[in-house]
Amino acid sequence: MFGLTALELARIQFGFTISFHIIFPAISIGLASYLAVLEGLWLWKKDSVYLELYHFWVQIFAVAFAMGVVSGLVMAYQFGTNWSHYSAFAGSITGPLLSYEVLTAFFLEAGFLGVMLFGWKKVGPGLHFFATMMVATGTLISATWILASNSWMQTPQGFEVINGRVVPVDWLKVVFNPSFPYRLVHMTIAAYLAVALIVGASGAWHLLKRRDTPAVRTMLSMAMWMVLVVAPVQIAVGDAHGIVTREHQPAKIAAMEGHWENAPGASVPLILFGWPDMTAETTRFAVEVPHLGSLILTHSWNGQFAGLKDFAPEDRPNSTIVFWTFRLMAGLGFLMLLLGLWSAWARWHNALFKSRIFLRFALVMGPAGLIAILAGWITTEVGRQPWVVYGVMRTKDAVSNHSALEMSVTLILFVVLYTGVFGTGIRYLLQLIARGPQPLDDHEPSPETGRPARPLSAVRDRLDTSIIGSDGR
Amino acid sequence: MGIDLPLIWAIIIAFGLMMYVVMDGFDLGIGILFPFIRDRIDRDTMVNTVAPVWDGNETWLVLGGAALMGAFPLAYSVLLSALYIPLFFMLVGLILRGVAFEFRFKAHESHRALWDIAFASGSYLAAFSQGVALGAFINGFNMSGTTYVGGSFDWLTPFSLFTGFALILAYALLGSTWLIMKTEGTLQHRLKSMTRPITLGVLAAIAIVSLWTPAQHPDVAARWFSFPNIILFSPVPVLVIVTTIAIQRMIKGETHAAPFGLALFLLFLGYTGLAISLWPNIIPPSISIREAAAPPQSMGFTLVGALFVIPFILGYTAMTYYVFRGKVKAGEGYH
Repeated sequence: MFGLTALELARIQFGFTISFHIIFPAISIGLASYLAVLEGLWLWKKDSVYLELYHFWVQIFAVAFAMGVVSGLVMAYQFGTNWSHYSAFAGSITGPLLSYEVLTAFFLEAGFLGVMLFGWKKVGPGLHFFATMMVATGTLISATWILASNSWMQTPQGFEVINGRVVPVDWLKVVFNPSFPYRLVHMTIAAYLAVALIVGASGAWHLLKRRDTPAVRTMLSMAMWMVLVVAPVQIAVGDAHGIVTREHQPAKIAAMEGHWENAPGASVPLILFGWPDMTAETTRFAVEVPHLGSLILTHSWNGQFAGLKDFAPEDRPNSTIVFWTFRLMAGLGFLMLLLGLWSAWARWHNALFKSRIFLRFALVMGPAGLIAILAGWITTEVGRQPWVVYGVMRTKDAVSNHSALEMSVTLILFVVLYTGVFGTGIRYLLQLIARGPQPLDDHEPSPETGRPARPLSAVRDRLDTSIIGSDGR
Repeated sequence: MGIDLPLIWAIIIAFGLMMYVVMDGFDLGIGILFPFIRDRIDRDTMVNTVAPVWDGNETWLVLGGAALMGAFPLAYSVLLSALYIPLFFMLVGLILRGVAFEFRFKAHESHRALWDIAFASGSYLAAFSQGVALGAFINGFNMSGTTYVGGSFDWLTPFSLFTGFALILAYALLGSTWLIMKTEGTLQHRLKSMTRPITLGVLAAIAIVSLWTPAQHPDVAARWFSFPNIILFSPVPVLVIVTTIAIQRMIKGETHAAPFGLALFLLFLGYTGLAISLWPNIIPPSISIREAAAPPQSMGFTLVGALFVIPFILGYTAMTYYVFRGKVKAGEGYH
């Protein structure tokens, strides 16, 4: 297909399926913590606004969780079907870490999700709050295992290679590998920011539609506080993450910066924009800020870091891609910072709920967190290339021996299926968000039978349209 | 002697797989029976009998996949890549089925029929693909040492296509007997009359697989037909016949839970037969659980979590089924 090799198609297939998947866990992680905060505030202040918001966002959470379970099934198998040589080589490390993730999710789903979604009338408020806290904690533990697994592939340690396969010798070192703490914090905050932006955009949308209720105001206000506080923290964490990457994966940093070579004794500029050309070994049309590259990545005025020419051509990640995905992520990060500061300024001038231009900005920033997450993951994964386990195993040695035709057909079918199925799911999510929080009086928090059921039955709304036959009405 | 980790993990994975086959078996069976039950309310009732449990049932498949990777990475890599195409279609089927399950309740009337079609076809596709994968697994894999040297379509044989259809029948039996237990009135009556031919079909399928497998694999034949094995294992086929007759007789009268129990037993016998034929190989015909095992550091590390969580899951699962025991009446839903 399009002259792509089986290896490239396998990479695209993994990238496509995991990109669709990550959207849902990111929403689940952020929303679960937000729901815990809302319920805590309700118990503390007894203000029904928080309860109203809880019942609104718990429905979004239920749909996102269900979509995450269905799309996650594919991930558990893709390591074996498409990356069998990787699995045979390093399954002894990735397998246990993923098993722990599944066990955690299983435990959480079995025990507390049902209480959280359907137990509102069955258990007391204290116990229900506990269940929500456990679900929130569970999503964070799940993320911990997945990120430990991924980080080990980025900065592997704590293992030996014996008879051509990986043997873990120190699990603490495997899990707490150098990039893991930074990646965990960076991703968790990213999920929080993404959800804050979605909640904020939802509040802004309702205010723009002149649905000005205390609940709508509260959710916009909470979301903007979150963005104001967390966006700068995220930028600082991202900076620290960059320093660790420079130490352990220097080629990735060189590719992200489109930095080819150092002149003796000279500082490294920051290339704001440009077009890294892998064959000409230069970054064309570069717009540079002197010294800023040194300052950001070495925290010194004249510091140097490796350029792409310090690595053999076959060891270089594709700079054209990661240069731009990184700028997309970082650029969105600074827009989030701007949104936070603007919200503080608007709040100070009592314009937070009135300034239409501010509300429009908050609205268009709604998907920015999720887009930044995807751009960031593409940066770190493409930046790890040509390695699947950095410095240990090359991606081309990891892929299964399927033909390009097989990979093309399955990729096309995945695209069709995912667009139909998860497209409908995302549309459903948007439809629920558009409906907005409802007053509590005619509101039944649990279904009539009061029996626990599955995540999606926590949602009472009908799906208005589906991708299949959406012209049927 | 220390703990026999490969053995423990083989048992855990075999158990998890059996839990999956049994539990998602009747979920998928409901989708398989869908084309034969046209009434809207009947269809809703059927789906409602599994609504509280189906996604938990499916989680066993995820656990099986991850545990296989952690405990037997070689088997995970060889089996999954050799069975790429059937497993791909299994995933497609399971996604369609799972999402259709949720959305058929949420969709507007005009789109409901489409989600029903997606639900039924997803169930057929998943069951058939699993059966094909099972047949290919029994047939064995073309290995050179620890490397798979077969082609992309080695799984496609008359035998594997047959086991694909056989598994559809087996799941249909689990589904119909489950529904006999969970429904009443005309729907239950209807299902009883459908169960009769399905049971005979399952018996025929078991018989054909039982003859076809040893005919094709002399080593399996030697295992079954040598002395004293032939006497030790003889209860398996006898019990299969007795169980089938018992189901046939029971559905003639007033019965509820018993046919489902017997169908589970029938499936368990089939599973036992399979284990007798293949043990201790995890990549038939030649690679055993010991050769495919992960290093002990990996198996031991995961075992701690598994031994802590799995009993909890089993307890919770039992509790859920207890809470939802009894008949599901028409119009009574969770939606």
